[in-house]
Amino acid sequence: MAKILMKGNEAIALAAIKGGIDAFYGYPITPQNEIPEYLSKHMLDLGRVFLQSESEVSAINMVYGAAGAGKRVMTSSSSPGIALKQEGISYIAAAELPCVIVSVMRGGPGLGSIQPSQGDYYQATRGGGNGDYQLIVYAPESIQETIDIMKDSFNIADYYRNPVLVLVDGLIGQMMESVDFDKPVKERELPEKDWATNGTINHPGRRNVANSLHLDPYGLEQHNIHLQKKYNLIKENETAFELVNMKDAEYVIVAYGTMARICRSAIEMLNEKGIKVGMIRPITLWPFPEAAFDEISEKAKGILCCELSMGQMIDDVLIANNGRHKVGFFGRSGGVLPDPEEIVDAIVNFKDKVVK
Amino acid sequence: MNSANNIKVAGFGGQGVMMFGQILAYSATKEELFGLWFPSYGPETRGGTANCSVIVSNKQINSPVFKNADHLIAFNAPSLEKFRRNLASDGLILYNSSLIKEKIEECDQLCVGVPINDIALELGNVKVANMVMMGAYLELTNLFGDVTIHAIIKKILGEKKAHLVDLNKQALAAGKDFVKKLGVQYA
Repeated sequence: MAKILMKGNEAIALAAIKGGIDAFYGYPITPQNEIPEYLSKHMLDLGRVFLQSESEVSAINMVYGAAGAGKRVMTSSSSPGIALKQEGISYIAAAELPCVIVSVMRGGPGLGSIQPSQGDYYQATRGGGNGDYQLIVYAPESIQETIDIMKDSFNIADYYRNPVLVLVDGLIGQMMESVDFDKPVKERELPEKDWATNGTINHPGRRNVANSLHLDPYGLEQHNIHLQKKYNLIKENETAFELVNMKDAEYVIVAYGTMARICRSAIEMLNEKGIKVGMIRPITLWPFPEAAFDEISEKAKGILCCELSMGQMIDDVLIANNGRHKVGFFGRSGGVLPDPEEIVDAIVNFKDKVVK
Repeated sequence: MNSANNIKVAGFGGQGVMMFGQILAYSATKEELFGLWFPSYGPETRGGTANCSVIVSNKQINSPVFKNADHLIAFNAPSLEKFRRNLASDGLILYNSSLIKEKIEECDQLCVGVPINDIALELGNVKVANMVMMGAYLELTNLFGDVTIHAIIKKILGEKKAHLVDLNKQALAAGKDFVKKLGVQYA
């Protein structure tokens, strides 16, 4: 099919439909409102469920319920809205239910602003919910990549029985790009949902229960051990990243999402100046692509972590680097987008940016 | 065509600034180029300021953000004032001379004024002023041909507003004619 021009948020919604979404529950917040707007127009015609709930808390618990019933469920929100959903997200992860959560990040903390930000890296990868749980976190850099990930996201969630978080910034939600919806999705053999709480017709005499409460400490510990095994499997199979110009790179940028695209332009400008700069672009933020750091040349002068925040992913960069190279940081926050020239300056003046 | 054109479009809310930018991005997509559009999406209101950025490129677009635009389309005076500082030295300024009466001084770039409101009013509807601007812009840059733009206009207006297609085409042609008569050229 020929490419079409589409707004990021609407593309997320259409990709969810193509990915097999059965039900959407959400509560409005800028800059992601075109996702529920689009779904509200199309879901009923498709015989699927769209529901605007009375709050974020109820939306995520509706997701919990519908996911428990074995349906493909999604919610979307932006930073403070995702904060409200954290309790439910922890419960869903604990009960091992598949669902897709889209977070279109805006400036924070608090109500912050409605402009693009990456201030929710911690929220996405560390979680605001309680306990030892992980989300599979994708951070696409373009609308095309967002579509490709969204189409696959329900399969991944179903395969691992785990929530998938698609994390984009407000720019990806609000901008329009030429995109192609027909790229094939990776085929996965999905297990039967024999755990779904959808009645006993398929398993007479056995009640399925979706639950996150385990009062027996040894039982809960076993559950945690089981979850960790699953998380290790996800690390092994699903870690995704892109390497850009890494051969003989004097400096290596680490950036994701919109920031990675700004850095791509900066890298071209730097190469024209004769400074060889490469990039590690994490596509999954959890699992974080630690192995990519083995690709950095021993002679490299340093790593520059670039974020639309005051420095959150840099923790993972420092862990992955493990003392091998100097690490610097460049960040803008509050909804301010740097232009590529600012990244060029940060590399040229790397010594002023070094944090460790 | 340059490998990439960074375009800033700015004016009052309601002047068709966003639509102007979107038409360029739609056209790029139709011609199998790469198009990117993004709006300033603050709490803007009708009569307030509105602006959008567009990139039209024949290769994959990297940064959606640019420091200097190649082309500035200014629908009102505050927009011209605000964005002309961030313009490439070989850039183009196209402005609405119905609202910007003062002569533009110290302009290194090619600076072309088109009285888009007056021309649109002569055609009977001030709302097509943005299409007058589009005609002028395409005459100067040759970015897209009539076939593409006409198809996009038809698609955007849809069945409900199909009766406005001809008026918009006339506005495009009027903008082009105005620039032709001026005799200015932009390489």
